[in-house]
Amino acid sequence: MKGGNVTRVPLQTSFLDSLLADPRNYQISVLSSLILLGLFHYGFHLPWWHVVGCVGATLTTQAVADKFIKRPFDPRSPLISALSLTLLLRTGSVTLSVAAGIIAIASKYLIRWRGKHIFNPANFGLVIVSLLFGAAWISPGQWGQATLFALLLLALGGVVTGKAKRWDVSIALLGFYASLVFGRALWLGDPLAIPIHQMQSGALLIFAFFMISDPKTTPDSRLGRVLFAALVASVGFTIQFAFYNAAGIILALILCAPIVPLIDRFLTAGLYQWPTQLTLSLSNRNGVSHEILDPAE
Amino acid sequence: MKYSTLLSSVFAFGFFAAASSANAFCGFYVAKAGTDLFNESSKVALVRDGDRTVITMANDYQGELTEFAMVIPVPTAITREQVHISDPALLKHLDAYTAPRLVEYFDDDPCRPQIMYRTMALESAPAPVAMADALSRAKSLGVTIEDEFTVGEYDIQLLSAEQSDGLMTYLDENGYQVPDGAGRILGSYIKQDMKFFVAKVNLAEQSKTGNEFLRPIAVAFESPKFMLPIRLGTLNARGDQDLFVYALTREGQVETTNYRTQKIPTGQELPVYIKDEFPDFYQSMYKTAAKREGGHGVFMEYAWDMGWCDPCAADPLSREELQELGVFWLNNGNPSKPMPRGRRIMPQAQDVFVTRLHIRYDAKSFPEDLKFKTTGNKQNFQGRYVLRHAFEGEMKCEAATDYMKMVNERREKEVKTLANLTSWDRKDIWADIDKAGKGMKFDVKDRNDDRGPTWWKDLWGNE
Repeated sequence: MKGGNVTRVPLQTSFLDSLLADPRNYQISVLSSLILLGLFHYGFHLPWWHVVGCVGATLTTQAVADKFIKRPFDPRSPLISALSLTLLLRTGSVTLSVAAGIIAIASKYLIRWRGKHIFNPANFGLVIVSLLFGAAWISPGQWGQATLFALLLLALGGVVTGKAKRWDVSIALLGFYASLVFGRALWLGDPLAIPIHQMQSGALLIFAFFMISDPKTTPDSRLGRVLFAALVASVGFTIQFAFYNAAGIILALILCAPIVPLIDRFLTAGLYQWPTQLTLSLSNRNGVSHEILDPAE
Repeated sequence: MKYSTLLSSVFAFGFFAAASSANAFCGFYVAKAGTDLFNESSKVALVRDGDRTVITMANDYQGELTEFAMVIPVPTAITREQVHISDPALLKHLDAYTAPRLVEYFDDDPCRPQIMYRTMALESAPAPVAMADALSRAKSLGVTIEDEFTVGEYDIQLLSAEQSDGLMTYLDENGYQVPDGAGRILGSYIKQDMKFFVAKVNLAEQSKTGNEFLRPIAVAFESPKFMLPIRLGTLNARGDQDLFVYALTREGQVETTNYRTQKIPTGQELPVYIKDEFPDFYQSMYKTAAKREGGHGVFMEYAWDMGWCDPCAADPLSREELQELGVFWLNNGNPSKPMPRGRRIMPQAQDVFVTRLHIRYDAKSFPEDLKFKTTGNKQNFQGRYVLRHAFEGEMKCEAATDYMKMVNERREKEVKTLANLTSWDRKDIWADIDKAGKGMKFDVKDRNDDRGPTWWKDLWGNE
């Protein structure tokens, strides 16, 4: 009996460790909490069947595609895409929620270059569906300003615990974006309350911490990521203030994503792998390498 | 189930503004507080499709006409043909159609239930707009008078400026008393390439109109900017201001992108005495809702397809009225006749979706101008409050006791709801109910005795 206990403890720790080690688990819990916050505190019109439809669509698309390319299925990435879509895409049509999920995941398998997919799946699904269909839209104002602290806490929690490995791109994006809106305010002679108000946009913070930070679609090197963040911030700022589209930063990501392979070409670094994948591929050294088999996280 | 509807005359929300010479930046931004409900209020109809915008502005200026002046930053140059003086009745109608409403239901004799309802709406008062003059020193100040004309009772100038100092001097020399701090804001608008639409009242023309009030001004222009400048108006306003935006679009609801748009609480059942206190109730409820957001906010009070309503606070606007308001995409086919006033108005294709936003703001909580976005959301929404009248006649059946108990529970609940919505004290509400003599609790006696629960009687039909 004693022996049994001894063997069980390390097993549980390793399970817990792996649960904590993968940033995706952390991200899934934060995104789910944000959805609940939106539903119960902010009164989003978000019927449950839209959530089910979108989650179902991403999981199914991923499962089918994985089966097709013979790769083990992991539900976490498609789940994150579905949750991000549910958070940011507003629509009255469940068909569009499902379509966004399918488009998001399909883009991972279909639009690829040098072993990486190009577009952030949720960003791709969000922009394509909202541009193509009048009945789907992005509501940049839906979070208001009051959520700032809650979001910062969650996000900083992620940074501190080291779960969000790409915190550098989030901080760089916010830094560049802040310097642009503060610069604009100084040039216009506006009170600083205006750029502060602009930086407090809940949608901007969610974008910075939970969308652009996706390790699979950002440049591999840190310098590359900072450059990329500067680019997205500038394009987003331009769309927002010169073309008067409030979803500027979200559009900027899809516009800038094709440049990532170029940045990676000049600033090389190791391809990102999710921690649990890493342990898997390390333990299966004789098996097929995940770099080859893993096209789609 | 039989129902009939009766539209009672509407509560008028008066917005009386007092004039003051210190208040030259008037018009759309500033209406100084009077005595009534939503003071400091302005009304704006925004018609928008693509980049085309028609904005109709009304406020409740009731001061000396010589003191009226209005300065509005506009995104593009405006010529004489783009300005129109509108009929105040249009905005009034739009306001009535979109107003928060009370619905009454009448319980019938508990032995034979049927329902009737009446609707009454909360409306804001008719609101005239007001305004303007010109000179030649402009050029030396770096101010260009791009255009200058008289429309209706207004003298209007369209100015562009190189810098705020020159513009401030020009306005000052032309009798516009510019409040402190305006220079900085004007400078910001100049750098953003905005022009300035300034208006004063032409007294001769005004006397020709025979109106006591100033009529709304409508301006049509094309610009990707979908916004309302509110910053100048916050300068010399004391305290909070209320702005009503009636947005008319083709696609669906309009929301603010840089502030959160939330829905006003709706659908609740309230004690019946509220019928006589509706404006009071609504004002307190709005204040309570805003307080949860720090005292200010953007609230959606109505969003509906213009073709119909259910229940109707007023008829939908006719095609002619919509066209006059600037809805430019209506095809000139068969002119529509609004359906008879009264009950539910059945859908008629108008291709117009109206959103009513009620914004309460001050300089601190709304530092930035309002930016809007049209969404594809065609979901209907209305601020609607329900009064349920109990059957007051003689009740002589077994079911009466249960019915009266049910009504008493319902009334408890209604009072709780009301207290929650308005932050009124529950004791005060009960006192008001007694005072009004409407909707008191029934004095219920149990059928045969009062010795506690008798549910087993129902079970076996005792005796």
